[in-house]
Amino acid sequence: MIRVVLPAHLKNLAHVTGEVRVEVAGPPTQREVLDALEAAYPMQLGTIRDRHSGKRRPFVRFYACELDLSNESPDEPLPEEVVKGKEPFIVLGAMAGG
Amino acid sequence: MSGVRVLVGTRKGAFILTSDGKRDDWTVDGPHFGGWEIYHLTGSPVEPDRLYASQSGGWFGQLIQRSDDGGRNWTTVGNDFAYSGEVGQHLWYDGTPRPWEFKRIWHLEPSRHDPDTVYAGGEDAALYLSTDGGQKWSELTALRQHPTGPSWQPGAGGMCLHTIILDAADRDRIYVAISAAGAFRSDDGGASWLPINKGLRSGEIPDTDSEVGHCVHRLAQHPSRPDTLFMQKHWDVMRTDDAGGNWREISGDLPTDFGFPIAVHAHEPETVYVVPITSDSLHYPPEGKLRVYRSRTGGEHWEPLTEGLPQSHCYVNVLRDAMAVDTLDPCGIYFGTTGGQVYHSADGGDTWAPIVRDLPGVLSVEVQVLP
Repeated sequence: MIRVVLPAHLKNLAHVTGEVRVEVAGPPTQREVLDALEAAYPMQLGTIRDRHSGKRRPFVRFYACELDLSNESPDEPLPEEVVKGKEPFIVLGAMAGG
Repeated sequence: MSGVRVLVGTRKGAFILTSDGKRDDWTVDGPHFGGWEIYHLTGSPVEPDRLYASQSGGWFGQLIQRSDDGGRNWTTVGNDFAYSGEVGQHLWYDGTPRPWEFKRIWHLEPSRHDPDTVYAGGEDAALYLSTDGGQKWSELTALRQHPTGPSWQPGAGGMCLHTIILDAADRDRIYVAISAAGAFRSDDGGASWLPINKGLRSGEIPDTDSEVGHCVHRLAQHPSRPDTLFMQKHWDVMRTDDAGGNWREISGDLPTDFGFPIAVHAHEPETVYVVPITSDSLHYPPEGKLRVYRSRTGGEHWEPLTEGLPQSHCYVNVLRDAMAVDTLDPCGIYFGTTGGQVYHSADGGDTWAPIVRDLPGVLSVEVQVLP
């Protein structure tokens, strides 16, 4: 099971309070995890990735194991610690101030 | 006694304001979808507890919410807003061609006949239709693919389809307005479109009476006179009495004819309301006085309505979708400001009072009269 941390707005949207856990069929990658997340919580469709291009929305970031994975290929394997469930895959909104 | 429900979309969530038919005491419920921009929140005319909300934000994009119980519970419905067929190009700010790109839904217009049928106006300008309560959306492509489409250019607020009027008499007739393309009419349910901008003159475009390119801010129609439309343009208040065939200016003695919303009294089709704003570069009321202007003559002659509204140091704006009227007698008028106030009048505009003062900036106001 892959642990996923969602930002507050998307947790509210999914009606969840803590981490969510998703099961992926193949080797865990960003794409596999997000596909599984959207299958379990269809209201997330289009909020993290563009519905048509599949690209990460510009102000969304992916972190794990103190690494910024936002610009990694969506088909790169996720870190072993994420695969083993020791660390979460973190989805968050980019910082915006002003 | 009838009840009244005011649906308020703001920059940081949705609010639902309720009162009985006297409209003296109000309950404020919200925020719903806190932190999200709610460009529009509206209800079905045939099933008032069916509500639709356009929820969006810079981080997580566009969502549509639906309630079947008057806003107590919400369900996320479809958000797949695609441009069908060839996407094509329109003019960008610098005059170069640019592909249509979806950004958000500005306005939702439920059918007058079926609670599951709802239209959505998007940015970049397109008209969408759902016939299953918002689950699936399809584009009515003929509008975006109109031969003038490649010459459409965004206004400063984006190239948005912000007004949809489903004709009160003719089920096949639809009016839309786009900034800054102008007004369009379909007589065949959206299968084809006619620009209806004859008589508009706009100093902001090189050909001032061009077929398209006008920055129409809002249209309003009284159901008893479907061929008469009122328009608040960027500058100028206009009317047509032939379904958009010809427009004439009715700004008359307004202190300024720049503004955003326009509304028609529920029982008096020649009584019209606008909120004059200083200018295109000063989006606040003249002299810091918030004044609604009412014409009881279908335009030309206007009277300021000030009782209960701030008459000094007021520098808010009232956006295009942020004014509505109820159908009670006397007619109630409602508007929201960019400063977060929602004002109402229960006597056709003679006197005003705030329902709530400190909401986030108001983007839209709709009102429902409940049995």
